[in-house]
Amino acid sequence: MKITQISIFLENRKGRLFDVCSLLGQKKINIRALNIAETEEFGILRIVVDKPAEAVKALKENGFVAHLTDIVAVEVADQPGGLADILKILNENNVNVEYMYGFVERSADKALLVFRFDDPDRAISVLNSNKIKIIGSKDIGGL
Amino acid sequence: MIWNEKMETMDLNELKNIQSERLAGIVKYVYDNCPAYAKKLSKEGISTADIVTIDDLKKIPFTIKEDLRDNYPFGLFSQEVKQIKEIHVSSGTTGNPTVVGYTKDDLKLWSEVMARVIACAGGVPGDMIQIAYGYGLFTGGLGFHYGAQEMGLTVIPCSSGQTKRQLKIMTDFKPRILACTPSYSLYMAEEAREMGLNTKASSWKVGIFGAEPWSEAMRKEIEATWDLDATDVFGLSEIIGPGVAQECLQKKGLHIFSDVFYPEIIDPKTGQEAKPGQPGELVITTLTKQGIPLLRYKTRDIVSINYEKCACGRTSPRISKIQGRTDDMIIVRGINVFPSQIEHVLLGIEGTQPHYQLVVDRKTGELDELEVMVEVDEKIFSDEVKKLRALEEKIRDEIESVLGVLVKVKLVEPKTIQRSEGKAKRVVDKRTL
Amino acid sequence: MEVSYWNKEIETLARPDLEKLQLQRLKEIIGYALKTHFYKKRLEKAGLKSPEDIKSLTDLKKIPYTTKDDLRENYPQGLLAVAPEEVVRIHTSSGTTGIPTVIYYSREDLNNWTENLARSIVATGAGKKDVFQNMMSYGMFTGGLGLHYGAEKVGMTVIPIGGGNTKRQIQLMKDFRTTVLHITPSYLLHIHSKLEECDTKLEELALRKAFIGAEPHSENTRKKIEGLFNIDAYNSYGLSEMNGPGVAFECVYKNGMHIWEDGYITEIIDPKTGALLGDEEEGEVVFTNLIRKATPLLRYRTRDLAFVYKNACPCGRTHRRLSRITGRSDDMLIVNGVNVFPSQIEEVVMRIPQVGTNYQIYLEKDGALDKLIVKVEIYSKMFSGDINELDKLKTRIGEDLRASIIITPHVELHEPGSLPVFEGKAKRVVDNRPKL
Repeated sequence: MKITQISIFLENRKGRLFDVCSLLGQKKINIRALNIAETEEFGILRIVVDKPAEAVKALKENGFVAHLTDIVAVEVADQPGGLADILKILNENNVNVEYMYGFVERSADKALLVFRFDDPDRAISVLNSNKIKIIGSKDIGGL
Repeated sequence: MIWNEKMETMDLNELKNIQSERLAGIVKYVYDNCPAYAKKLSKEGISTADIVTIDDLKKIPFTIKEDLRDNYPFGLFSQEVKQIKEIHVSSGTTGNPTVVGYTKDDLKLWSEVMARVIACAGGVPGDMIQIAYGYGLFTGGLGFHYGAQEMGLTVIPCSSGQTKRQLKIMTDFKPRILACTPSYSLYMAEEAREMGLNTKASSWKVGIFGAEPWSEAMRKEIEATWDLDATDVFGLSEIIGPGVAQECLQKKGLHIFSDVFYPEIIDPKTGQEAKPGQPGELVITTLTKQGIPLLRYKTRDIVSINYEKCACGRTSPRISKIQGRTDDMIIVRGINVFPSQIEHVLLGIEGTQPHYQLVVDRKTGELDELEVMVEVDEKIFSDEVKKLRALEEKIRDEIESVLGVLVKVKLVEPKTIQRSEGKAKRVVDKRTL
Repeated sequence: MEVSYWNKEIETLARPDLEKLQLQRLKEIIGYALKTHFYKKRLEKAGLKSPEDIKSLTDLKKIPYTTKDDLRENYPQGLLAVAPEEVVRIHTSSGTTGIPTVIYYSREDLNNWTENLARSIVATGAGKKDVFQNMMSYGMFTGGLGLHYGAEKVGMTVIPIGGGNTKRQIQLMKDFRTTVLHITPSYLLHIHSKLEECDTKLEELALRKAFIGAEPHSENTRKKIEGLFNIDAYNSYGLSEMNGPGVAFECVYKNGMHIWEDGYITEIIDPKTGALLGDEEEGEVVFTNLIRKATPLLRYRTRDLAFVYKNACPCGRTHRRLSRITGRSDDMLIVNGVNVFPSQIEEVVMRIPQVGTNYQIYLEKDGALDKLIVKVEIYSKMFSGDINELDKLKTRIGEDLRASIIITPHVELHEPGSLPVFEGKAKRVVDNRPKL
């Protein structure tokens, strides 16, 4: 139930984010979730898209350093304490979150969050056994 | 004051006799004591009988830095190690470091020429000297230490760094002489202003600045800032360390102590003698050194030379400030850096292919900054910031341990480093001296 | 066991003659002390107006103790006893809270110091055939230059490398067939752990001896070092107030450090009451420096805890032996051979506006080396929410501390209110290093 995230190395230079987005736009690739981790000199753009294979191909052809990572997308109740409930479960089961961010869209009363775990397989089994809904890659395109 | 009045003011024709005698002596010494050199000379068909006057020097082949490196560690030592009393090591161009070994007499020679340096800059017995060159394997610190000790000065062995402490020591003990790199003197000025000190009121009246190239404009700035006489010192560890040449207060060139370090200026391409007054590569023969005597050593520094007697009374010929290099070496905070050394480090770090560029810059009142730009490729890219940071740190630490200089590592996107004719430009020097 | 001397006459001088020499030198040094602003006042108050008022060594008791605070309060010139042009060297050390201390040396003082180091080196069986890699820092720290001069005097081949850069240390040890090291015990153990990484086998080294000092260590640490490298390790003791290294050094018997008593009168006192203690009673070490005229120091309290052995040494030296240093009578910390006072750290962190009211100092072992961790709470009003700001704050704290205490600590930023709060005098130092 893991889905694929693309991470892209970007220098902190004007227009680099635009370059990525316009390239994906030209290729009719839709960004579903996005996050930027930044330092003073460089940033890492992390995206979840509807057509990851095509996106990576296009990025590499255009000279970007892009990298695929397994992440887990989770449905969270869109109400106060919704995220806390999930984190509590992860915490109790000693699952470590490397980073996380939210989806661009959400469905009805649910928010969608992306998690990067140090051990994704174990995280999935913990989430499953606690009846937390995980979104598969098939669902991404249809969102 | 002139420390060694006899040698430093001798008529150059008269000096020639001493130089000739010493050259013949050192060639014989090398034949007797240094097998690697003896082989090199006999291969050229040179025997001791061929070397009678200093003009015969031209018959002798040049020695280059690689000769030192290739014979590492002891190849060019002319004495058993136990006769060597001190060893200094500088990082070589790649791999093996460059080693210099001093006998007891060499240490005496070093002390003597460094006393000449300090006196030439305006130091007199009874002075106090603050030595802010690095101590240790780098020859700057101990060289000045020995010279100041020879003169009987009060030595404050500060070594480099710890700027606030340097300034406190200046304020509390009032040394009249400062020895450090020229850029560090300006860096200290910046810090002094922040601390609310009046730089013009400093106790330093004599500055002996070297280990990196600097300009007349910098001299004016330093002199105006600290209200002192700023003089230039020249040396290289292969020859002895600092103590090869020094400016007097006329500030019109650096007196080279040619009774012990015989200079020639050559066209680096042809190896022929350059026209008088024309810049060329400085070649030095050590006429009396025992540990590692060097015959016609190519320094790779571009200078011109002036044989006219100086108004200060010294006859020692004067070399110009360094006008450039014949290789790609850059000097960062007084430390010699070869791009090949950085390449060597990058190759050693798994996954890093050496697409790199060195950017050297010096902002006003700050020290040199060396930035190493490394192109990121897929092998080393990670989606986690901390892993990329760790890589930057690893590269930085490795470079620091090899070169002894702290650099800033910047990861950049592929193909962002300028290339000319398919070859990446390795060094961008943005400093204006 | 083969015993060698640098200066056999003095090193084996019969006790009565040694004490006679001490008395003569004590009078002379009191003459110099009376030339200083500080001692003139203090000695006259104690009824000592001239060196002739000292009739025997027991008269030493009339002189009050000198402390590090006295040195600080009389900085920079209050303890200078010779004309400025007689001074050939100045060493300063950072004080406990910003005010440094200074020691001046005349040419003769340097010669005396060098003599003691030559004696020390030869007492271990090292000599002029040795290749000596001096891994103690050069510059204002007396450890590097002190041994440098001693080794030069003995005629060893000196590699003046100073501290740090383990790879290069190992490469030079290998390439130059280094036989003797001067090093802190923790760094020597660290070097051992890096040999493999540097593709170096023990057999490729020519080491035979190490002088270990600048930090307290146990007999077990010595044994460990000796076993790992198959060398002899000798304990070395000194402090910059008493010139630097070479105050006391072990001989080939390795049974305590011979104090060069013609240069230093040694007393052991109860650190609380100041009362004199007897042989083999542990207390604070107090020295009177008999061989430095530019900055005389009488009955200087070192804050080091140790005792003096009663029995004679089989090596034939008549100079008594000091035990290992077992601790301190103040709160000074020794981190990888560098002396650090908690007050220095406090001064630095509390000066930074983005730091909150609480901080803590942790000491851990990271492999063989000491690790200094400074935990500080951030000041919530100054927090902008920008990660880069926090990064910069961390760097600044590290750099400011380095400028003050010379070593680079590991800095941790903590949320306001998250570090433990102590009533009254905060116990902010947690030393998790194994006990000696």
